Amino acid sequence: MTKPILEVNNLKKYFEIKGGVFGKTVAEVKAVDDVSFTVNEGEILGIVGESGCGKSTTGKAILRLLEPTEGEVKFEDQDITKLGPEEMRKLRRHMQIIFQDPYASLNPRHTVEKIVGEPLLVHGMTSAKERKDRVQELLEVVGLRAFHASKYPHQFSGGQRQRIGIARALANNPKLIICDEPVSALDVSVQSQILNLMEDLRQEFNLTYVFIAHDLSVVKHISDRVGVMYLGKMVELADKDEIYENPKHPYTQALLSAVPVADPDAQIDRVILEGDVPSPSNPPSGCPFHTRCPKVMDICKEVKPVFQEDEEQHYVACHLYE
Amino acid sequence: MNTKDDKQHSEQLVSNPAKLKQQQVEAEEMEVISPWKDTLKQLRKNRLAIAGFIIIAFFIVVGLVAPFLTPYTFSEQDPVNRLQSPNMDHWLGTDHLGRDIFTRIAHGARISLMVGFFAVTGALLFGTLFGIIAGYYGRWIDMLISRIFDILLAFPSILLAIAVVAILGASLQNALIAIAIINIPIFGRLVRSKVISLREEEFILAAKAQGMKSGRILRHHILPNSLAPIIVQGTLGFGTAILEAAALGFLGLGAQPPTPEWGKMLADSRDFIQLAPWTLIFPGVSIMLVVLGFNLIGDGLRDALDPKMKN
Repeated sequence: MTKPILEVNNLKKYFEIKGGVFGKTVAEVKAVDDVSFTVNEGEILGIVGESGCGKSTTGKAILRLLEPTEGEVKFEDQDITKLGPEEMRKLRRHMQIIFQDPYASLNPRHTVEKIVGEPLLVHGMTSAKERKDRVQELLEVVGLRAFHASKYPHQFSGGQRQRIGIARALANNPKLIICDEPVSALDVSVQSQILNLMEDLRQEFNLTYVFIAHDLSVVKHISDRVGVMYLGKMVELADKDEIYENPKHPYTQALLSAVPVADPDAQIDRVILEGDVPSPSNPPSGCPFHTRCPKVMDICKEVKPVFQEDEEQHYVACHLYE
Repeated sequence: MNTKDDKQHSEQLVSNPAKLKQQQVEAEEMEVISPWKDTLKQLRKNRLAIAGFIIIAFFIVVGLVAPFLTPYTFSEQDPVNRLQSPNMDHWLGTDHLGRDIFTRIAHGARISLMVGFFAVTGALLFGTLFGIIAGYYGRWIDMLISRIFDILLAFPSILLAIAVVAILGASLQNALIAIAIINIPIFGRLVRSKVISLREEEFILAAKAQGMKSGRILRHHILPNSLAPIIVQGTLGFGTAILEAAALGFLGLGAQPPTPEWGKMLADSRDFIQLAPWTLIFPGVSIMLVVLGFNLIGDGLRDALDPKMKN
C-alpha cells in the first residue's frame, strides 16, 4: 500500500502582521515555510515538534481551514488549493479533522445528535430517520451509548467529548483525518483509550491519519512514519523505528533525548539545547536551527539545507548529510 | 459498514460489566439539561427578576383590560371636576381638563409597552443583522458599518431622536421609528463583538471543516450562541425605549393630544405641580415602575445566562 492519498508540496502559510496608520503589512510570521511530504493510503503519519513550530497550522492549511499562502496540496491527485468554494465544500466529506480541545470544538447549544448529524445533513442525507440511525450507529462505534444522542456537550467528560468529536469526523466515512493533537487535552488514562479507539477505527474503516502531537511517546505508539518540524520547516521524516533508533538531524536527537525513560538508573546522554526557539517572524539565516545546534558549522549560517533523502525513505534537512 | 464488526467492536468497548452497569445507572440519572431550560431554572431562583416579571405582568394586564376598568374614556373631559385629588370616583384624581388619571394611565400602559416592544424589536432585528454582517465578513464591510454606528453613537440619543422626528414629523409612530434607529448601533455593536469572538471558536472552525456553508454556520452556530447578550440588551433596552418615548412625549415630539402617553401627561401637568401633585406623581411612578421592572428582568437574565454566575 504505497499509493499516496495526500501529497503536500512546498506548502507555505505566512501570517501578515499589520501595523502603522494605514494598516500596511509590516512583517510576516512564517508559520509554515516550505513543507513537503506525502501520506500513503492507510498509514498514520505523525508530525511532532514543539509549541509554535507550525504543526497545527500545517494541518489546518492542508484542509484549507487556513488558506495556504503558497504550495500544493494534492488529495487523491487533485490539487485542492485550486478548487472553488463549492467544490471544496463537497470534498470536505472525504477529509476531516479532530480538534485538540474537546471543550471548544463542540457547539454548546447543540445536542450530540445535532452535532454528529449535521455533517450528514449538509452532505445530502436529508431523511431525519436515516440520520438518527446513523448517529446512533456512530456513537456505538466510538464507544458511547445511543441514549447519549439527546444530551448536550456540557454533560460529558473530556474523553467522552473527544469521542463525540471523533464520531462527527467519521460521519461521512472520510478517507483522511487530520488529528490535531487529539489527546493532549486529556488525562493520561483517557489518552490511551482514545488512541486505541483511533487505531481500531483505522483498521475498521481503512482510514489514513495525519497525527499531529507534541508528545513523542504518543506519536511513537500510533504512527507508521514520523515527521519532525522545527520553526515552520520539516527537518526530518522517516519510518517510526528508523527515526527513533537512528535520528539524523541534531534537533531530532535533542528532542528524543528529552523523552523520559521509565528507569531511574538509566543513563541517558541528554542533548541540552541552549537558548529559545527564534521568532518565526524573523527566522535565522541559513538553517533555522543553527542558533541552537550543537554541531553547527559555518555553512549552516549561510545556506539553507535542502530537505532530501539521505537513506532509503529517510529524509533530512541538514548539512551534515550532504 | 459491516454490522458484525460493529457488534464485536461495541462489545469490546463495553466488555467490562461494572462499567456497563455504571453506564446504565448514568442513563437513568442523567436527564437532558438544555442550556435554555437551565437559564429558566436560574431565573426562577432570582427574586428580583420575579418581582420585575410581576410588575410588567401587572402593567400588561392593566393595559389589556383598560377599557373595562373605569366608566370613563381617556379623552372624556369634565371641567367641573378638574384637578380633583384621588377619591372614590377618580382613584388617582383628575387632571386640568377633568380627565380621569387612572383611565389615562391604563391606556398609557398600552402605548408605552407597544412603543417599547416595536422600538426594541426593530432595533434588535436591524442591529443584529448589521452586527452579524460586520462581525462575520469583516474587512471593509465591518469598517463601513462600524463607522456608521460610531457616528450614530456620537450624538446624544435624545438629540438624534429629536432630529429624526424633526425630519419625519411629530407623531407617536415617528417617535417609535426614531427610538428604534437610535438603538440600532447599541445592538449592532454588541452582536458584532460577540460574533467576532465566536468566529475564532473551534466549533465554528469545525463546522467549516464539516463542509457547511457560511449561511448555515451563521444561522445554526453563530446566531444561537450570540442570543444571550441580545436577549439581555433587549430587555434592558425595553425600559430605555419607554423612557425615551416618554421624553419625546414630554417635549411634544411624540404622541399628540389627546393620546394618553405618560411623558405627554407629565408635560401637560407641569404647571400644576404645586396645586395638584398627583397629576405628575402617578404617570411618573408608572414610568419608573415599568422601567424598573424591565431592568430587574434584564439583570436577572444576565445573571442567569452568564456561565460564571452558576454555582
